[in-house]
Amino acid sequence: MEAFTSLASGLAVAIQPMNMLFALIGVLLGTAVGVLPGIGPALTVALLLPITFKLDPAGSIIMFAGIYYGGMYGGSTTAILINTPGESASMATALEGNLMAKSGRGGPALATSAIGSFVAGTIATLGLTLLSPYLVDIAVSFGPEDYFALMVVAFVTVSATFGDSPVRGLTSLFIGLTLGLVGIDILSGQSRLSFGIPELYDNIEVTTLAVGLFAVGEALYVASRRHVHEEKLEAVRGSLWMTKDDWKRSWKPWLRGTAFGFPIGALPAGGAEIPTFLSYSTEKRLTKHPEEFGRGAIEGVAGPEAANNAAAAGTLVPLLTLGLPTSATAAMLLAGFQQYGLNPGPLLFAERPDLVWGLIASLFIANGMLLVLNLPLVGLWVRLLAIPQPWLYAGILVFATMGTIAANPSPVELVMLGVFGVLGFLMRRFDFPIAPVVVGLILGPIAESQLRRALSISLGDPMVLLQSPISATLLVIALFALVAPFVLKGMGRFKAVED
Amino acid sequence: MTPSPQRRVDVAGLVIALLLLVLAGVVWWDMTKLQILSPYDLGPKVMPIVVSGCLTLLAIGNGIGAFRGDLPARDSLDWKPIVLILGGLACLIALIAFGGGFMIGTALLFAATSTAFGRRAFVTDFIIGAVIAVFVYVLFAKLLTLSLPAGPLERLF
Repeated sequence: MEAFTSLASGLAVAIQPMNMLFALIGVLLGTAVGVLPGIGPALTVALLLPITFKLDPAGSIIMFAGIYYGGMYGGSTTAILINTPGESASMATALEGNLMAKSGRGGPALATSAIGSFVAGTIATLGLTLLSPYLVDIAVSFGPEDYFALMVVAFVTVSATFGDSPVRGLTSLFIGLTLGLVGIDILSGQSRLSFGIPELYDNIEVTTLAVGLFAVGEALYVASRRHVHEEKLEAVRGSLWMTKDDWKRSWKPWLRGTAFGFPIGALPAGGAEIPTFLSYSTEKRLTKHPEEFGRGAIEGVAGPEAANNAAAAGTLVPLLTLGLPTSATAAMLLAGFQQYGLNPGPLLFAERPDLVWGLIASLFIANGMLLVLNLPLVGLWVRLLAIPQPWLYAGILVFATMGTIAANPSPVELVMLGVFGVLGFLMRRFDFPIAPVVVGLILGPIAESQLRRALSISLGDPMVLLQSPISATLLVIALFALVAPFVLKGMGRFKAVED
Repeated sequence: MTPSPQRRVDVAGLVIALLLLVLAGVVWWDMTKLQILSPYDLGPKVMPIVVSGCLTLLAIGNGIGAFRGDLPARDSLDWKPIVLILGGLACLIALIAFGGGFMIGTALLFAATSTAFGRRAFVTDFIIGAVIAVFVYVLFAKLLTLSLPAGPLERLF
């Protein structure tokens, strides 16, 4: 029950008025950006990084986590009401949720997603509380070669295993790894890929890359295809409250969704998309009202929404215990830690228990706040959607450029922002995933230093990677995860030919 | 297996493959200029070698995909808004680089972007952008004590 003692001391940190205020700002911002189409939690954290680096670390990180959780709540509102999921994890929610809204049951759809998010978020955060100390104990025994192998697993699963196309995912990852090479190599003091430009010597800023890819890239992409695409907002009609029947049909999907979301999020596999779609198809199979699927079934909203939030909490397990980000938002949270010189992992649990457990405790509080904010006040959030699109994107770009220039006052940084913006636009247009680039930039240099540390301990013998049982196992898993999508795809094609 | 009519060679996909190949070449060329200092450490060359090699493989993979026409379908493209937004950004960069401060540039970027998204009120939007710029300046520079590039306008505050 060591976890609960730690949690109690964390609660003492979390309920300090300033930290409560940060949590509240976080969930408000998070819900707002979740509701607004086009900006997600990853971009918001990226925009806030330069503004917050002079603030208290505990407060800022609590705020970032609030944004993460809030984004998950807010995303479902947009998915249900305008059928444009704010982030890919809300895609399954949009399927049934938007149909419910169209048939006048938008209220219960929003309610079941908010309450389901709360239930799932609370259970999953409890899972995080109980699981973290064990993982920390295991992670302490990891050598540099094991960490390197773990990062290889994360690289492969994030980019290749679960995407549409392993080749495109890996391409994104290696663009990120290439960007991670830029700058002065700490161990040898030599500069790589800097071409004599002083701004490139101290590495590419994660914020500049993320803001460029997410904000500028998204703005360019949406603007370029404005003529193709039109959005329609469904008004919330009828009662907001769920009937007794709605409750009866919702609670099991909530729990099942949590059971899908948390473990998959906690594995270094990343992403909330897989569990949400797994949950959707499970509910579709188990439902007693199969005729309603395709016309707005409440189970199809309750399950995926719970899975979505549980996965978000699950992602924090590898992030906090191993320093391993498996989604774009988790990568930005890691960057948030790094800007204060903090490195998530077993050491952080030992050195700054107040911060880690304060963060975990604040997640429970944030979840409670979000339930209140989202259920009675949902009408208020919907009004955000009335902001005209031109002003919305113009505002985003103004904040993006200001945040970048405030962090690094140099025109070169803005040129890089523009270049990354064009890169983000092209990647969206040709359907390359964005998250692996960010993960590659952040994790690449860490993986490199772990590899070189392992090799210098073994006097340059690469076999060290296979001699450690942990590392060898992880590398086999990585190889399997890399080959699996190609094999499965090949089998799929084989079947198609047979037909 | 007869190739279906849509499965033509994708020129854009070939360009992507070519760019990846060029990137791999640049990474390799940059690597050759590095020196290995420690006999036990594989040194700063390991990662560039791995990255360059994998980029080459991925260039081939993307190239094969382009020949097969495997790329996802794309909508028609409207270039005007892209030029407008990037033009606004370029103006901002130029103004900051030549000491014009960020406020005018920010207002320009705001107006250019909202024009790109279909608004036809450049002057109004320019004023809105300027108001936002002042607000951001006060928030960043005064409340959060961050430094922003100053020009003649900013020195008035």
